[in-house]
Amino acid sequence: MENTIVKAENYNSYFGDNHVVKDVNISINKNEVIAVMGPSGCGKTTFLRGINRMHELIPGATSKGKILLDGENVYDMNAIYVRAKIGMVFQRPNPFPNLSIYENVVAGYLLNGIKLSKADKDVIVEKSLTSSALWKEVKDSLHKKGTFLSGGQQQRLCIARAIAMQPELILFDEPTSALDPISTSSVEALFHELKANYTLIIVTHNMQQAARVSDRTAFFYMGELVEFDDTKQMFTAPTDQRTQNYITGRFS
Amino acid sequence: MESKLGMRNAKSMAFKGVVIFFAFLITVPLIIVLLYIIKQGITQVNWHFLTHVPLPTGETGGGIANALMGSFIMVMMASVVAVPVGMLAGIYLSENPRTKLAYYSGLCVDILQGVPSIVVGIVVYFWVVKPLGGFSAIAGSIALAIMMLPIIIRSTEQTLKLLPDSLKEAALSLGVPYHRVIIKVIVPCGFAGILSGITLSIARIIGETAPLLFTSLGNNFLTMKITGPMDSLPHIIFTYATSPYDDWHDLAWGASFILLMFVLVLNIVTKLLTRKWKIQL
Repeated sequence: MENTIVKAENYNSYFGDNHVVKDVNISINKNEVIAVMGPSGCGKTTFLRGINRMHELIPGATSKGKILLDGENVYDMNAIYVRAKIGMVFQRPNPFPNLSIYENVVAGYLLNGIKLSKADKDVIVEKSLTSSALWKEVKDSLHKKGTFLSGGQQQRLCIARAIAMQPELILFDEPTSALDPISTSSVEALFHELKANYTLIIVTHNMQQAARVSDRTAFFYMGELVEFDDTKQMFTAPTDQRTQNYITGRFS
Repeated sequence: MESKLGMRNAKSMAFKGVVIFFAFLITVPLIIVLLYIIKQGITQVNWHFLTHVPLPTGETGGGIANALMGSFIMVMMASVVAVPVGMLAGIYLSENPRTKLAYYSGLCVDILQGVPSIVVGIVVYFWVVKPLGGFSAIAGSIALAIMMLPIIIRSTEQTLKLLPDSLKEAALSLGVPYHRVIIKVIVPCGFAGILSGITLSIARIIGETAPLLFTSLGNNFLTMKITGPMDSLPHIIFTYATSPYDDWHDLAWGASFILLMFVLVLNIVTKLLTRKWKIQL
């Protein structure tokens, strides 16, 4: 129990009258890789965006219930503080096109107006890029614009940008759906390494990916959390019929 | 079938030819006007012309120094007001497109863009010149600023609307407060477009005569007093050109040439700068 980092209690999300996430209760441990899978429109991304309060930025979007981060309800905290504490990586790589690779990594500090010495920044940049397995590829072109990188490199740059803020938890919203197979495997390989220091929640519509990278898997269907179990268990002997149907490809 | 294909190809070629012909045709008047003004005006331009004020009739020489200075001062003052206001309004319109306020202010911007410049002049005359008790560069600048606003607002709005939402999300997810997202990410990424809107609006107002006729009037002397009447390039062209003297007509051509060159250079510089600063998304 002490090991819990994120806990949702009767969490609900809405777009206007549309009830997208229904009464989700889930408890996620530190240094776990969690895959969240389910068919399109099942509420998995909406749930993810509820955790760092990105959901409420969409006009008409509301939520009910609690998301506890280290025991504290994020909806009682300042949203800006919550977002700074939780890293997020999006579907499409979105490095800041006006910033260099170097500036992109420390963007969380730069844009927030946090002053760091050059030496501190150098350390953060090297450490973050090393953790995101990008350092070797870009160490000689740190001051080029980040948008010159390939899609997979850009996505790893975005991961470095999230890591630089030293979050405990990083959310991934279908992080490889816009990437080619080689870039995808480079990002997936990274998940295994990041696990040592961070907790990862990865939304994916790709079952194979969920099976490959995660310790535990949550299956969402029609806004409900249908099943949440060890990934191996889930893919070999799911308890719920709907999970069974999804995994065996009876619907997608 | 064979012959039909030939017919269709011929029609296609004919259509293409017509399109190319008209595309070429529209450049003709522009080139003729340009060449004519250059031919008439370039001989007038020399150091004396640029550094001297108009002389009394009968004396030879005289120049447009008062108008150059006046146009510069008034365009600067108008920009100081219109650029920040226009940018902020444009940011609002692009960020909150679905609100009632955005709908109505967008409507106002469109109408303002369509208001004839002479009407802007008359309005400023009643609002500023009459209460202040006289023609002034300030009144002229206000009229020009009103002319600039819709162009800056729309270009800022259009530029920022083209930026993907993912950019804003990236910044917000790092815990960056909204105002810093706008100032540090959105505006810098759209800077090239905003800048071209600003220079475009300057190019547009620098040649406006009508709004200045009732506001800054004109002044034959070099002055920097913004509470008094001031001359401007389009106004000096008007004065020189409508005079009965041939040598003044020549001076009007010279001033036209300068004005034209200014607009031309401004456009070229804008193109170069926006290409250089364009952000690759």
